Amino acid sequence: MLNKYPLWKTLMVLFIIAIGALYALPNIYGKDPAVQVSGLRGVEVNAAMLDSVKSDLTKENIKFSKITLEKGQILARFFDTGQQIHARDLLLSKYKKDYSIALNLTPATPAWLASIGGEPMKLGLDLSGGVSFLMEVNMKEAIAKAHQGMVGDFRNDLRNEKIRYRSVKEVSTLDNKNGVKIVFRKPEALTAAYSFLKKRYRDYLFVENDEQLSLLVNMTEQKLKETREYALQQNITIIRNRVNELGVAEPLVQRQGQKNIVIELPGVQDTAKAKEILNATATIEFKMVDQEGDLASAINGRVPASSQLLYDRKGKPTLVKKRVMLTGDHIIDANSGFDEYSRPQVNITLDSSGGSKFSNATKNNIGKLMATVFIEYKATDKKDAQGNLIFEKHEEVISAATIQARLGKKFRITGSDSAGEAHNLALLLRAGALIAPISIVEERTVGPTLGAENVQLGFQAIMMGFGLVVLFMLVYYRAFGLVANLALIGNLVLIVGIMSLIPGATLTLPGMAGIVLTVGMAVDANVLIFERIREEIREGKSIQQSIHQGYEAAMSTIFDANITTLIAALILFAVGAGPIKGFAITLSIGILTSMFTAVVGTRAIVNAVWGAKRLDKLSI
Amino acid sequence: MELFRLKNTVSFMRHQKAALVFSIFMMLTAAITLYIDKLNFGLDFTGGTLIEVGFEKAADLQKIRQVMNDNGYPDAVVQFYGSSRDVVIRLAQREGVKASMLGNKVLNTLKTGTGQSITMRRIEFVGSSVGDELKEQGGLAMLTALICILVYVAFRFEWRFALGSVIALFHDVILTVGLFSLLGLEFDLTVLAAILAVIGYSLNDTIVVSDRIRENFRKIRNKTSAEVIDISLTQTLSRTIITSLTTLLVLAALFLRGGELIHGFATALLFGVFVGTYSSVYVASSIALALGISREDLIPEVIEKEGADQDQMMP
Repeated sequence: MLNKYPLWKTLMVLFIIAIGALYALPNIYGKDPAVQVSGLRGVEVNAAMLDSVKSDLTKENIKFSKITLEKGQILARFFDTGQQIHARDLLLSKYKKDYSIALNLTPATPAWLASIGGEPMKLGLDLSGGVSFLMEVNMKEAIAKAHQGMVGDFRNDLRNEKIRYRSVKEVSTLDNKNGVKIVFRKPEALTAAYSFLKKRYRDYLFVENDEQLSLLVNMTEQKLKETREYALQQNITIIRNRVNELGVAEPLVQRQGQKNIVIELPGVQDTAKAKEILNATATIEFKMVDQEGDLASAINGRVPASSQLLYDRKGKPTLVKKRVMLTGDHIIDANSGFDEYSRPQVNITLDSSGGSKFSNATKNNIGKLMATVFIEYKATDKKDAQGNLIFEKHEEVISAATIQARLGKKFRITGSDSAGEAHNLALLLRAGALIAPISIVEERTVGPTLGAENVQLGFQAIMMGFGLVVLFMLVYYRAFGLVANLALIGNLVLIVGIMSLIPGATLTLPGMAGIVLTVGMAVDANVLIFERIREEIREGKSIQQSIHQGYEAAMSTIFDANITTLIAALILFAVGAGPIKGFAITLSIGILTSMFTAVVGTRAIVNAVWGAKRLDKLSI
Repeated sequence: MELFRLKNTVSFMRHQKAALVFSIFMMLTAAITLYIDKLNFGLDFTGGTLIEVGFEKAADLQKIRQVMNDNGYPDAVVQFYGSSRDVVIRLAQREGVKASMLGNKVLNTLKTGTGQSITMRRIEFVGSSVGDELKEQGGLAMLTALICILVYVAFRFEWRFALGSVIALFHDVILTVGLFSLLGLEFDLTVLAAILAVIGYSLNDTIVVSDRIRENFRKIRNKTSAEVIDISLTQTLSRTIITSLTTLLVLAALFLRGGELIHGFATALLFGVFVGTYSSVYVASSIALALGISREDLIPEVIEKEGADQDQMMP
């Protein structure tokens, strides 16, 4: 019999729509004002904390609707924003030091729905309000750092192997591929060094030059990639920590492409503070103070060749040896505390390779002064030939302390004037662990009023577009128009359901435009089918034959037409950023769901209502 | 209801030459405006800072310009945005000043300068390196889209159709971009997205038509290529118009209700859908015809067996 779906097929359509509706459901519940408490700097939020927060709120007579401990943070929901603000201020005054306390709007999804993974769509910043940053990691600097490390390693190795060399330094080659060049005095030394280093470092490429008696060392492509990747990952980790200190609910820190990091801070209005914290990129270097050199003549311009003149924050000059004993990227942790005489101190932990390096470097320098140099890269607005931002280097001595003993993986710096100063030093040291400087290259702030307005506008546009199309289809195709409209509703439900279900998908204003566009284009499949059915009827085929033929003949056209639009949407997804990605997402989802609802969905209804019957007329 | 019940075949291809002249003229105009006026690139591409502020009462642009000028921003471009209480201020990249801090500074300047209470609606800062990258990526995206589509259509149909549809797409893109140049409308990322959507839409249309042409070449045997194309276009005409209509309906909703941020997007699509519909009829099919599309190109070669077309006598 023509035009009859097996029962399972009809049930499958219903089932898919039902699942879509189920996951779209959380979007119709509103949001509760809430306060979110999470630990800072490794402080854990536990059941005891939950109890003390509860008792604090009860004591102050602040009514909460629900308070829970989930995913390592406390979430207290309130009935209105007044109580929410009140609670935030109360908690802030008590727990500010170790906890981040943030205002939040938590979806009021019923528990049963949340337990099966139901949650509302995530709104993009253009709809929720907030600030987003795009930060660029200075890869040139990351590579240069790696080269400096290589220089140090080669020097050590050659010295240990008793191979005499003239110089080891970073060079820039003609083809813009920088590397490290080792120059020797004798050809034998070159050969010996070549065979030794080549065996030891498999990630590097070695090129001998017999005439110059030199060895040029480059990183392999693989190693370069790893270095860049490491710089990016480390920046992401550090930015995550910094963002946590800002006290923002649901921040997003994510890599984008080869050298960029996207940071989204929903609800943040004070961008200046956020920027200061994010922008304070820095590195640390430990160097010996040059105590033999004459400070006075250095100030007058006669600086010894192996030293440099640096200043501290107060402008006090110090003559520091150029040789770097250790760089900040070996620092794992730094925090402030008090020693046994309750004097402020900073405790520093290094990684194991840093520990052994440091131990070697300090063993012959006991009793001498060591300087900790803080190096900041501040982005200027100038660019180099490749269009990358130029960074300016600011060096500052943040501490000069006497080495009391051979230092290893763990050591401490004492002598800070106050606990606050020690705390700052620890903060700086931690920040200094960054190996490559970053800078903000893009920033978008959307105020809360504009965000709310955008939601409203987008919603209105969808409803208006939807209404117009539904009306048109009903007038033009009558009963079949109704079927197409049902499919259109199913399509909207599926889009919303899938958008809510995919973890990374956020709804943006262009995304809403994508939904509107989908509504207009989704009926195309139905128009194609219906026009074909009309044609077949006109040609004198039987009604059932016409319905069957209409669907069959239109199928490949619909498929081809949608695939090509999908290609465009996917390219947009790959290239676009932020809001534009949102458009590509809704458009892609819309194309896929519309193929399902407009072809399979309408066929199920048409078959159920008109299929397998003797019909003389069709309301189309 | 039926709007287009056409008894006779419309001879679209008779106007092929006129359409060709028209299309070339339009494309040339677009190219010339693009050459002379360039594109009014938005912040996404140029880099710089944009600040949108909301005022309580209707804002006095003259006053704001004065305030900006007095405080060392003589290059500030001050405009209304959507309503008279909504003002957008654009600043170019500046040397020396930390560009990422500029937005907050200007906001404070305006607060003290105008003496009105204002709300920050939006601040955008884009570094110029990002802008250049985006321009490059945007162009690349369009090119990639066109090539992917060319390959897909060539694979599914035939190279003449593929070339025809890609030229049609190019036609749509250049006319839409030309419109933005001619009217001096801002060309930002959302507009780029809209143009890619136009590519998708226009192709949709072209494919529906090409599909029917292919089908008819198989069915109809004793007509010329031009006639077959005319028949196919006539048959798909009502679908073409209805789909364009529903799409234009939703775009009108977007244009009227979507707000200022979406305006450029809606404009590009409204125009693009219009042009795309025209181009699928006149550009894509015309070119396929001009390239000499014929039955043989679209029908899989079947080696007919002797007597296969005669009735079989079976015992």
